[in-house]
Order: sequence, then structure tokens, then C-alpha cells
Amino acid sequence: MAVISVENLTHTYSAGTPFEQTAIRDVSVTLTQGESIFVLGHTGSGKSTFVQHLNALLQPTRGTVRIDGEDINKDKISRRDVKRRVGLVFQYPEYQLFEETVAEDIAFGPKNMKLSKEEINERVREAAGFVGVEESLFSRSPLELSGGQKRRVAIAGVIAMRPEVLILDEPTAGLDPIGSRTIMENIRNYREKSGATVLVVSHNMDDAARYCERLIVFDHGSIRMDGTPEQVFAHTEELMDVGLNVPKAAEIAAALRKRGVPLEGAVFTHDQLLRALRRAGEVTSC
Amino acid sequence: MGAIVEFEHVTFRYPEESRDILCDICLSIEKGSFTAVLGHNGSGKSTLAKHMNGILLPTQGKVFVAGLCTADEDRILEIRHTVGMVFQNPDNQIVANVVEEDVAFAPENLGVPSEEIRQRVDDALRLVDMYEYRRHAPHLLSGGQKQRVAIAGVLAMQPELIVLDEPTAMLDPKGRAEVISTVQRLCRENGMTVVLITHHMDECIDADRLIVMSNGRIAADGSPAEVFSHVKEMEDEGLDVPETVRIVRDLNDCGFVLPTDLLHTEECADAIAAAVLQRRAAWQS
Amino acid sequence: MLKDITLGQYFPGDTVVHRLDPRTKLILVVLYIIALFNAKGWGAYLLVLAVTVICMAVSRIHPRNIFKGLKPMLFIIALTALLNIFYTQGTPIREGWIITWEGIERAVKMMLRITLLIVGTFLLTYTTSPMALTDGLELLLKPLNRLKVPVHEMTLMMSMALRFIPTLIEETDKIMSAQKARGADFETGNLIERAKALLPILVPLFVSAFRRADELAVAMESRCYHGGEGRTRMKQLRFCTRDFIALILGAVFTAAVFVMKHFGL
Repeated sequence: MAVISVENLTHTYSAGTPFEQTAIRDVSVTLTQGESIFVLGHTGSGKSTFVQHLNALLQPTRGTVRIDGEDINKDKISRRDVKRRVGLVFQYPEYQLFEETVAEDIAFGPKNMKLSKEEINERVREAAGFVGVEESLFSRSPLELSGGQKRRVAIAGVIAMRPEVLILDEPTAGLDPIGSRTIMENIRNYREKSGATVLVVSHNMDDAARYCERLIVFDHGSIRMDGTPEQVFAHTEELMDVGLNVPKAAEIAAALRKRGVPLEGAVFTHDQLLRALRRAGEVTSC
Repeated sequence: MGAIVEFEHVTFRYPEESRDILCDICLSIEKGSFTAVLGHNGSGKSTLAKHMNGILLPTQGKVFVAGLCTADEDRILEIRHTVGMVFQNPDNQIVANVVEEDVAFAPENLGVPSEEIRQRVDDALRLVDMYEYRRHAPHLLSGGQKQRVAIAGVLAMQPELIVLDEPTAMLDPKGRAEVISTVQRLCRENGMTVVLITHHMDECIDADRLIVMSNGRIAADGSPAEVFSHVKEMEDEGLDVPETVRIVRDLNDCGFVLPTDLLHTEECADAIAAAVLQRRAAWQS
Repeated sequence: MLKDITLGQYFPGDTVVHRLDPRTKLILVVLYIIALFNAKGWGAYLLVLAVTVICMAVSRIHPRNIFKGLKPMLFIIALTALLNIFYTQGTPIREGWIITWEGIERAVKMMLRITLLIVGTFLLTYTTSPMALTDGLELLLKPLNRLKVPVHEMTLMMSMALRFIPTLIEETDKIMSAQKARGADFETGNLIERAKALLPILVPLFVSAFRRADELAVAMESRCYHGGEGRTRMKQLRFCTRDFIALILGAVFTAAVFVMKHFGL
């Protein structure tokens, strides 16, 4: 079980200098085991700063982050231990690959945990399985792989630590639609099999509509919205207000409603739009 | 209007590799047009772009830029002067520590007199809406701003064609919107010829022409409405089609009769709303 | 942590010092260094110190920034002072002690010399943009072209390095965070272990630097870069009256130090 509770979290960069900048202000939120969460917000809204507090890479200027009631910043040891429980995959994680072979790179995290050789091997195989990296690639240099493969190896490197909470900062940035979909499916797969909490920082609204149960929207360093996709996407205008897009289907639905087409219920995916339109047009065929 | 770039049966492979990255490409880009090239990673679309200013030379076949063959080493400066290129990573194409110095880089290389460089730099920065930032350090700008500086850097060279090789792949939605609207404005208002390489299909909607690349070949070539209307073929290529096209196709499968060339949300909503409301009226009466 | 490095940092401003031609400033710094290394007596040291303080005041550089830049050098300064105190022969300050009066005097002078040297060069980089600096350097060194020294290439490399320092620092920070998130430990262990722990940072950093260099080269070629030949500049450097006055003052200052040396001051 891993319940993360964040209380009144504030973070100020370069405090006490002329460059002082408060990135997040008084954020309180609870993340429950097994949830699938998307964190949305435009660049500079504080979402990246927020997630780096969840595994103690950044320390709060004010406020606390607790995991199962324990302050993760209590001392050096708890700051180290939390990194094993809360895995963080950075943006463009393929740029952190450094070992000579794929297998060794995935093993870097488990090795740092001082696990036995057998245990490490097992975890490498398991993590690679989650992201669809075949064993035939294990002895290759990570630098020889394609962009999408490198990304998946890097994600496996974090999954191999078997985190109870997996955080990914824009895992699909720069990938084409096929690459993005594969990665999102891999992540879903990991969550379903391991029961971990998954938190994805993203700009991609269509992914948000498709893959998550809870959406947290950041704006100017604080949480602006927090709810199910149905709840959040109901506020199309407010989302556009904070500089975010809405899923294409929701945008079309909003335009149709404006033209007097009665659409029932929440509409933010293709299937929902199609269903609502068929009902509206009373089309009974097909 | 004539062609600015012409590909004649171009095949390309890297030495010591067995796979052709481009296979027998024939293509010509018309002056003043806005062409989008769509394809997934590894489809050859970036390789295609790099042939347009002689960064890569064909293994077989020829590429002509304004009538000059890109394999002609003596004319390579003229070719690069004619075709400006903007790349994916905004950090790796900015040369100088100050925005205006960076924009001045190309005209300085071309030996343009100082006063004229000043003029060109100011004009280019105004065109991309970055004039107020001319004294800023590039590394403090946002991704979208950096990419606009890169575009200005190419404009200051006064090229006839700008090729943008996935300029938005590393940007957030705001940056993407900034870059795409800048590119559209350049083409529509300033008559610049543009080739935009991308894997975001929604960036292609406003192009005059859409070329889909797959496995080193041109898989489709036509107006965006035409190309996207082949939903099935596009999905087979692993490419998305705009939601507007998908919903219209699925509605048509259910007995609607809607035109299939609606790419913008507003026009699509108009057509669907009219059809749905008409049906409701008919059903009620 | 890494972001605190002030190396090559430029503080924009509009003082006389900022407006001087970069070539003038480069020549002045050379004169300053010559003077500093020829200062022997306390009188000469005081003169150099006074000139430095005046320059600082005129260029409106806040002493805090100077001290911040000096911080990383404190260790070297202290070490030099210590060595001078203990390894100088002369009259001991007390019977049987190794520390001599001469040693103390030399240590103080040494400290002063290193500090002034650093402060002088800081004044140059703080008041001159890196672009102007490399431009100035290229023009000053142009005569070396005849000796087949690739002056343009060297100064271009310098300005590129300066351009990419912030980018690479940011990248290093990012890679460090990413490896820390994978449980890497950079703070404990002996020297060898710590050096080993740097690999996960250095390898990705090098790979990325090479990739950047590659992409940058293509981008430069695409923008018609073909070496220094036939290149023009947007901003042309011009000597003005204030440059001549500054150079004359610099020459007088250096001459004064030599005169003082001659008279043992």
C-alpha cells in the first residue's frame, strides 16, 4: 500500500536571490494506491516541480509530503528509501542511458538497491517484458536502438525497481502516434499487472481522455481542477482558459451543442461522440 | 509558377546499410505552395527533407533546387541560400548568445553588408514576432520562442523555400501553435514556399498539399481533404486521421450522407448539426 | 548548485566601461596583468589596488558579484598563502619558529596578486558580452592568420563553448536528477567509488554533447557557414575617442608601475 498525501506544499526556486520564483503554492492532494492519474497543465504551471517532490528529489520550501503517513523528508534514509517506492521517469529518459548493454542499463536501479544477482536478473526480465523489449536486445548497446525502443528501455530501468507509484513526465513527447500508443499501452499494462499507482504528466488530452481515471489540472502553481475525466472535460471553456486543449471529440461536441444539437452525457472520446450523435439523430440502423 | 525543388527518381541508402531509406522518389514542389509531409518515424520523411538542400545526396537519381543539381559542389552555397532549413531540436541550431546575433549568422556567412544585415535581422524578427526579444539570451526563451528565432535565422538569409523538419516535435501545445501559426502566416501573407515535415496530422490540415511517406515511398499525395478521406489506408499506415474525418466516416456508415472533406471543427460541426437537426425534425413530424 | 558558476558571466549595463570597444578592454587587461606582475613594492601594489577599485566603481559592478566569483578560488588563494608563509627563508617572527616576517609579507602580496588578477579579468567578462569578446579577440589576433593560425575557427569555438555552457549545465542537472531517481548515490563512498558514480552522468552527457555537435554542424552548414572567408559582421567594431583615452590611461598606469619598480617602491 502506498498512499501519498501532500499537505500545503510550496516550492520556491533560488529563494533569497533576485531570481526567486515560487513554482508551486500551497498544494494539498492525496493519491491513493492503484489510481491512474494524469497531471495536466501548460509549461511553467508547476506540474514538473510537483512530481519531483513525490520522491524527494526536491524538498519542499514549506509543507509536507507523506507516504503512508511517514514524512518522506524526515532524514537522509527516508529520502533514499522513497526513491525505491516512487519511481520517476523524466522527460526524454533515453538521454540518461549509459551502460554498455540494454540489460545492464535496466539493472542500474536494482543494483543500486543492492539486490542479489538472481533477483536483479529476474527484475530486468520482468521490466523488459512490461515494456515489450525483447530479450534478443539485451546484449545490444542502448545507443543502437531506435528512439521508441530507447524510451522503453529507459522506462524499464525505473520499472525494474518495482515502484509502488510510477510517475512519468511526458512519456510520449516527440514520439509518433504508433510509438506513443505503444508506450501508453505498456504503462497501462504495468499498472494492471502490478497494481501500482500511475501518474502521468502530459499535454496530450486525447491520451488523458483514453487512459486515466483521474485528472489533476495545474495552473499558476496550484491545482485548478481535480476529478474524473467526465467532471474535468465538462469544463471545456475553463480548460481552454488555462491554456490547455480539450480532446478533439469534446471540441466537436461543444461546437455541436452550440448549434443546438442535444448531446446527452459526457462526451470526450470518439465512441462517446458517435453514440451521443446516434441517439440525437435517432438513427436506429447499424 | 514553376517548381523550386525537383526530385528525379531519388533513391537513398546509407553506406553499409542494406535498406533503402528513400526508394525512387519523384516529386516537385511548386513555388508559393504550402506542402506538408506526414509519416511515422522511420518513414523517410526527414531524409527527404535533408535532400532538399544538399545535406544528403541521393545514392541514385538527382535533386534539383532552382535548376541546380544538389550534387554540384561548386553551387552548394547557392542551393543552401535558396532553401532554408529549420530542425527539430531548437537548442541545437542556435549558434549565438544573443537572439539578434544568431539571426545575423546566415547573412554574415553570405557576406551581406553590415547595414543590410541589421535591416534583414530586424525584419525577420518582426515577421516571427520576436523583435522585443532581440537582445535576449536564447537559452532563457521557451521552446516555441526558440523555434521562431530559428525560423527568423533562416528568413534573414532570404531563401525561396523554407523546409521545417519536425519543428514542433519537442514543443508543448502552446509552442506548437505559435510555430504553426507563424509558418502559416509566412506562407499566406508573405508568399513564402513552405515544406513542413511532421507526424502531427492536425498540423497538415491547412496545407495546400499533403504527402504521406511510408517505407521510403510516397504513399499518398493530394489535398489534405483528399488524402484524409482514405481513412482506412491512413490507419493501415499507422497514422491517425483527424477526429472530424473519423466521426464523419462513422456517421456515414450509419446512414448519414455527409461530405468527407471536412477538416476543421467548425465546418464539420455545421454539417453534422444540419444533418442531425434535419433528421430530428423529420422524425418528429 | 551548478547554476552558481559565474564563469564568463556577463552583466549587461550602460557604463563607460561597458561601452568601450572590446579590443580596448582586452588590451587594457593585458596591460593590467603586465603591471600587476611587475609590482614589487607596497606602493605599486597600492596603485594597482586603487586602479582596480576605481574600475569597479566606474563599471558599477556590485562587489557582491565579485566576491561570488572569487569563492571557488578561495582554496587556491589560501593554499598559495600557506605555502609562502612556511617556505620562505628569513627572520623568524619568534625564536625557533618556521614562520618568517618575509614569509608573511610574501603571502599577503601573493594573495593580493592572485585576487587582483581574478578581479581584473572578471571586470572584463562582466562588462563585455561573450560575442563582443570573441569578436574583439578575433580582430586583435587577425595578424596571426599570416602564420597560419586558424584565428577565426578558434574564436568561433570559444563563442560556441560559451553559448552551450548554460545548455550543458542544465542538461547535467537533469541527468543527475534522473540517475538519483534510479537510486544513484553521488555523495557517499571513497574517492574511487565517487569517481565511478560519475559515469552515469558523464556517459550520457558526452553522448548528448556529440549529438548536439553533430546537429549543430548540419544546422550551421544549412545556414551557409563556410569558414571565415568572405564573412561580414552585423556589428562592426569602431574605436572612439573614449577608447584612445582609456588606452592612454592604461599605458600611463603600466609605465607608472615600471617606474615604481625601478625606484624600489
